[in-house]
Amino acid sequence: MNKFYADYAATSPIHPDVVEEMTEVMHRIYGNPSSIHAYGREARKIVDDARTVIAKSINANFNEIIFTSGGTESDNMALIGTAFANKDKGKHIITTAVEHHAVLHTCEFLEQNGFEVTYLPVDETGRVSVEDVKKALRDDTILVSIMFANNEVGTIQPITEIGQLLKDHQAYFHTDAVQAYGLLPIDVKEMNIDLLSVSAHKINGPKGIGFLYEKAGVRLQPYSFGGEQERKRRAGTENVPAIAGFKKAVEIIMADRQKKYDFYVQLREKFIEGLNEEAINFKVNGSENYCLPHIVNISFPGTEVEAFLVNLDLEGVSASSGSACTAGSLEPSHVLSAMFGAESDELFNSIRFSFGLGTTMEDVEEIAKITAKVVKRLTN
Amino acid sequence: MIYFDNSATTKPYPEVLDTFVKVAGQFFGNPSSIHHLGLQAEKLLSQAREQVASLLKVDPEEIIFTSGGTEGNNFVLKGVAQSYKNRGKHIITTSIEHPSVQNVCEQLKAEGYTITYLPVDKNGQIRLSDLQNALTNETILVSIMHVNNEVGAIQPIKEIGQLLAKFPKVFFHVDYVQGAAKVPLDFHSCFIDFATISSHKFHGLKGTGAIYKRKGIKINPLLAGGGQEADFRSGTENIAGIVAMAKALRLAMAESESKQNELFAIRDYLISELDKIEDVSINTPKIAAPHIVNFSVEGYKAEVLVHEIEKNQLYLSTTSACSSKIDEPSQTILAMGLGESRASSSLRISLSYSNTMEEAKKAVQIIQQAIENLKPVMRR
Repeated sequence: MNKFYADYAATSPIHPDVVEEMTEVMHRIYGNPSSIHAYGREARKIVDDARTVIAKSINANFNEIIFTSGGTESDNMALIGTAFANKDKGKHIITTAVEHHAVLHTCEFLEQNGFEVTYLPVDETGRVSVEDVKKALRDDTILVSIMFANNEVGTIQPITEIGQLLKDHQAYFHTDAVQAYGLLPIDVKEMNIDLLSVSAHKINGPKGIGFLYEKAGVRLQPYSFGGEQERKRRAGTENVPAIAGFKKAVEIIMADRQKKYDFYVQLREKFIEGLNEEAINFKVNGSENYCLPHIVNISFPGTEVEAFLVNLDLEGVSASSGSACTAGSLEPSHVLSAMFGAESDELFNSIRFSFGLGTTMEDVEEIAKITAKVVKRLTN
Repeated sequence: MIYFDNSATTKPYPEVLDTFVKVAGQFFGNPSSIHHLGLQAEKLLSQAREQVASLLKVDPEEIIFTSGGTEGNNFVLKGVAQSYKNRGKHIITTSIEHPSVQNVCEQLKAEGYTITYLPVDKNGQIRLSDLQNALTNETILVSIMHVNNEVGAIQPIKEIGQLLAKFPKVFFHVDYVQGAAKVPLDFHSCFIDFATISSHKFHGLKGTGAIYKRKGIKINPLLAGGGQEADFRSGTENIAGIVAMAKALRLAMAESESKQNELFAIRDYLISELDKIEDVSINTPKIAAPHIVNFSVEGYKAEVLVHEIEKNQLYLSTTSACSSKIDEPSQTILAMGLGESRASSSLRISLSYSNTMEEAKKAVQIIQQAIENLKPVMRR
C-alpha cells in the first residue's frame, strides 16, 4: 500500500541537504560558540552566518534575530517578555480567538498575572477585521499579537493593514508566522512588525530550533537567565548544528519560494477538483481569497472526525483534525469554534490536509480518491 | 590537537550522530499527531524517556525533556518561585552556581524574593551549618549544584538532602549538568526533588536536556502552549535530539564505569605536574570531579595564556564558556577565598573519557612553554 503524508502543517520531513549540513557540522564543529579559542570561534561563525541569512529572509537586521528552541518558545518570549517589560505603559493586550495555543495559553498566564487580554473574534472565513483591532485599541494597550496565517484552516490575516494601524500606537505588533514563513513574502520593515515567531521544523528544518525577530529598540524582558548568549535575551549554549540546519532549510525554501507557492496552489486545486469528481458532500473551511495554499481544511457532513482519521490512516493517508499539539486530545478545534460557533457540525466533521516537500500531483489525486472512499464508507 | 574544554561542550559520539540522522530523516512525525507517523515518533519518545529514567534510576513520568541546562534551571527556579509564593518567598542557593541559576535568582530578587547565597570554604564546599541557619519558615527552595563547572568541587548533596528531608515544605533542586555521567548521584537517597541535565555536556547534541521532577510535584510551566510533556513543557518535541540524548547518556555512563580510574589518573597527573611549575597554583580542591583541573598562573592574564597555549593546538578555557568572554575574575575562586590575583589568572582544563595520558603529558609541556614564552611580557 502506498503511504501519503498529508500533515505537513504538524511537522515536515527534514530536507536531505539539511541533514547533510547538520551531520557535517555535528562531526566537525563541536565547539561552544562562547569559547574564545579556535573551536569556539568556528562555532560562532556558523551561528553568525545563519543569523545573517535568516535576517535577510525577512528584511531584518543581523542583531534583530534571537535563536530559540522553536515556535512555542518564540511566542512565549515575545508575549511574556514584552508584557512584563512594558507594564508601566499599560496592561492591555489584544489577540485573536484563533491563535495557536502557544499564544493563547500564554495570554491566559498573563491574565493570571494582572494583564487584561482582548480576544478578537473572526468571521466565518477565519479572518479578523482591521476595524475590530482599531476598536479594541486603547491608550494602555501594549501588545497586539495576531498570527500571520492560521495553522488549522490556513487563513491569512490582514497583517500589512494591522501593521499600518499600529504604526502610530505605542503597542508592539507581534505575529506568529510559523505557518506562513517560507511561503508568503514577509518584510518586517514594510509591514511594521515588531516581533515575529518562526519554527524550523515546519520548513523542512530540524525540530528544536526557531527564531524570534525582535525589532531593535523593543523593550523585552529576557526569557531565560544565565550566560550572555543572544544579546542576553536567551541564555543557553547555542544549538549550533540545528542552527546550521535551519540556515540551510531557509536557503532552500527561499530559493524558489514563489514557485513552490504556485505549485501548492495547483495541488490545492487538484485536490478539491478530485473530491468534486467523486461527487461527495464537502465544504472547504477557511478563506478563498486569503489562504495558505498548502493547508486545506474540509468539513464532510455526516462523518465523524475520529473514525474518519482512523480510516484514512488505515488506507495510508496521514492527515489530522487540527493542530497536532491538540490533536492528541481530539478536543474540538477552538479555531473552527470561533469561525462557526461552539455547537456547529464543522467542529466534529472537519479534517485538515496539508501538503509540502515531496507531495506530487499524483499524490493529491490519490489522496482525494481515498478520502472519497472513506466518506462513502462512513456515510452509507 | 588536544581538546581539553569538555566542560564548555563535548564532541558528540559518532553513534549518537548516526542515531540523530536516522531519527530526523526517517521518523519525522509530530508525536502529538494521531496517525502512524505520529505514533512512531511518540513511541520513540517514550522509549527515550524510559531509557533516560532507567539510567537515572527514576520513573519515566519523572523526566521532562527541555532545550538544555539553562532552560531546565530557569524552569525549576521560576516554576517553584511562582507556584509556591504563597508559602514563602525565600530561596537558598550558593555563591558558586552557574549563571543560569545565579541570574534567575537575581531576577527573582528584583521581583521581591529573598535570596540567600551560601558561602563556600577554600575547598569550594558549603557548610551544612550555614544551610541549617539559613532555613526559615519562608524558605521554599534550596538550589545547590552538584559538580561546580569551574573548579570541579563536589557539594555534599546527600548530607544536604538528608538535612532538607526534615523540612518537607522546602524543595531541593540540584544542577547536575556537570556531574551527569561523571559523578554518580542517586536522586532518591539524596531526597532530591528536581535535577537538571544537559545533553551536550555528555557527548550528546546541543539543544536538548532534561529535568528530573519528583513524582507528584506541581509547578507552573515555563512554556505554555500545546501541552506536551504532561503540560510541563510545551513545544513540538525534538525527537531526534531526545533519542540521541538517551543514547549519549547510556554510552557516557558506561564509559564512566569502565574508564573512571583512568580519568582520575590523568587528572591527578595534571595536578601534580602543573603544581611543579613556578607561578602555578592549583585551585581544584581534593574532593572534586574526575574531569576538571583548575589552576592559576599568578601575574598572567588568563585570556592571553589561553591564546598562547592555543598556538600549540591545546584548547582549554578561562572560566566557564558562558562567561569566558567577560574579562572578570572567577566568582567561584573569589568565593573560595583564594584571592583576586588567582581569580583573574585562572585556567580550566576539562577532560572527557576519550582524552589520554599522552595528551596530558603533552599538555603540561605546552602550558609550561606558554608560560615561559610570556614571562618577559607578562610578569609584573
